[in-house]
Amino acid sequence: MTLPDLHPGEIATIVAVHTEEPLHQRLLAMGFRSGKQIELIRKASFSGPLQVRIGTTDILLRRSEAAKIKVCKA
Amino acid sequence: MKRIALLGMPNTGKSTLFNRMTGGAARVGNWPGITVELLSGKILLGSDMVEIIDLPGIYDMHGFSDDEQVVRHFLHDNVPDLALVILNATQIERQISLLLQLKQLDMNLVVLLNMADEAKRFGISIDSKKMSELLDMPIFLLSAKYGTGYPEALQAIGKALRYPTPSMAEQLRSQLEQDGHIESEMARVLKHTVQIPARLSDNLTEKLDRVMLHPWLGLPIFFAVMYLLFQGIFLFGQPLQTGVNDLFGWLRGAAVAPLLASLPAALQGLLLDGVYNGVATVAAFVPIIILFFLFMAMVEDSGYLSRAAFLMDALMARLGLDGRGFVMMLMGFGCNVPALMGTRVMRSRAMRLLTMLVIPFSLCSARLQVFVFITAALFSPKAAPVVLFSLYLFSFAAAILTALLFKGRFKNNEPFVLELPPYRFPTARQMALRGWLEVRHFLRRATKFIIAGVVLVWLLTHLPPSAAPASSDTLAGMIGSWLHPLFAPVGINEQLTIALIFGFVAKEIVIGALAVIYGLSGAALSGALGQQLDWVQAYSFMLFTLIYTPCLATVATLRSESKQLGFTALSIAWSLVLAWLVSFAFYQGARALGY
Repeated sequence: MTLPDLHPGEIATIVAVHTEEPLHQRLLAMGFRSGKQIELIRKASFSGPLQVRIGTTDILLRRSEAAKIKVCKA
Repeated sequence: MKRIALLGMPNTGKSTLFNRMTGGAARVGNWPGITVELLSGKILLGSDMVEIIDLPGIYDMHGFSDDEQVVRHFLHDNVPDLALVILNATQIERQISLLLQLKQLDMNLVVLLNMADEAKRFGISIDSKKMSELLDMPIFLLSAKYGTGYPEALQAIGKALRYPTPSMAEQLRSQLEQDGHIESEMARVLKHTVQIPARLSDNLTEKLDRVMLHPWLGLPIFFAVMYLLFQGIFLFGQPLQTGVNDLFGWLRGAAVAPLLASLPAALQGLLLDGVYNGVATVAAFVPIIILFFLFMAMVEDSGYLSRAAFLMDALMARLGLDGRGFVMMLMGFGCNVPALMGTRVMRSRAMRLLTMLVIPFSLCSARLQVFVFITAALFSPKAAPVVLFSLYLFSFAAAILTALLFKGRFKNNEPFVLELPPYRFPTARQMALRGWLEVRHFLRRATKFIIAGVVLVWLLTHLPPSAAPASSDTLAGMIGSWLHPLFAPVGINEQLTIALIFGFVAKEIVIGALAVIYGLSGAALSGALGQQLDWVQAYSFMLFTLIYTPCLATVATLRSESKQLGFTALSIAWSLVLAWLVSFAFYQGARALGY
């Protein structure tokens, strides 16, 4: 499953990040590494972006980009 | 002079620290190897003057964003004597990766763990002494916002500057690549020095967000906040602006005019109506810009701007913009100039340019004055509000159309991944400093351009000297009649064309210009307009006024913010073309329908 499949409040583990280089670098620096725990906090209405939490950082990203992040539910 | 570069991720309070160090005495400057301007300031440290440069916030030394390239090129071409690395103590567990990358570059480093106050509140404890030992570099906890820990850090910086400047490896890039062991190193240092509670004890942000980002309530609250901001700026701004205008008018009558009385009449006119009015035009923007950025600093530093991006992104993404662009667009309805300056929060250049192309279509308060006057002259009191509202709709439509048409050209390749900082209270000092810096920036960049423009229009409407001012015998009148074939199909007569030339300087003077052109003012002018024009012509004139270049100050700001003459020209040309096309479609359409 991918990140947008999670429901608000659910926690999962990042399995893989399948994105092109620029985004990959940015996500790595933001803490998106395989094996890390990620919590989906909320989804914006009208298919807007997602708010996720990794460690102490809250991050916004669009669903299209989040769909490239594979996760598995804890 | 020794040089200190400030380095760190976005949202670490780097600029706050920079402002604290330089006390707001910063200036923008150009540097070898990079095309963007950076803020720098000179301060006395111990007994030596040192220069501090605020580099853009970066996530990664080998990232691909515009900012990351700027930092790489800057470091490559201007090796600093000391790199001051600012990390957000509340996010130390991921930010330390940037520090380890920088450590590999063999630079002189001093590390500041900022937001120590916040980290403490969240229950994060950091053993900075031990971390110092493990990483073999000076590390200090501080709060740039409140100043705790600042004197100690400053001392350490002075000490570190005494070490010789290391020569940085030429092959920066290849060195940057060897970060295989960074992850294990990260884990080792963190394990020994940092304790993070399983659950962050920041309930306030969580509670607030439950309401502010609520699926149903979030958007209405956002619009209410925007409305309040907007009202706030203009409730306070309008009287201030009028006050500045009155002050300049009084000064003119009391001091400047008598001083110039001995000069020949033509020169007097040029100095008073040209140069002096130009200065007054610039001055009238000052209170609005200060207020705008006081409020903007509040929205930005409190963390709400990122929330606005979250709420509005679904719509704005389709236009090639993001939620922050929407905030600037809305602010543009007050005044385009500070809204254009505010786009600096966008770090992707393409998206910033696209937003700057869209903002001038926002119906600002100056244009509203023109519309209120003309609607009152030509429409019944019952129809007037509808007419005004329809102009707002046209304003939005022009902005959306422009974004859709140009989003391919200004393709933004920066991923939309934004941090959502916790809510914070900005300090009064931060807000005031921001307002002051922005005003200084505007005055430095736009003054000459605006005065030159005002003088030019004065010359156009007063030369040759034999002609009556703004009459059809002046240069402006000649241009008006020369442009007549172009404006006749959109229903705009020669007198109104001259008014449009004035309107290029500022919309505030359009009505005044019409008064000069017709030789009438107030009620007599509305009467004359009502007799000479029918509502289709008047509406066509308003559409043109709405869409073509807002004012000279906007053009000056577009140029100084984009630093591209070509882009500025594109913005002016496109708005003129669009204005003509819309007015043409409306005028001919209405006539064809028999109105």
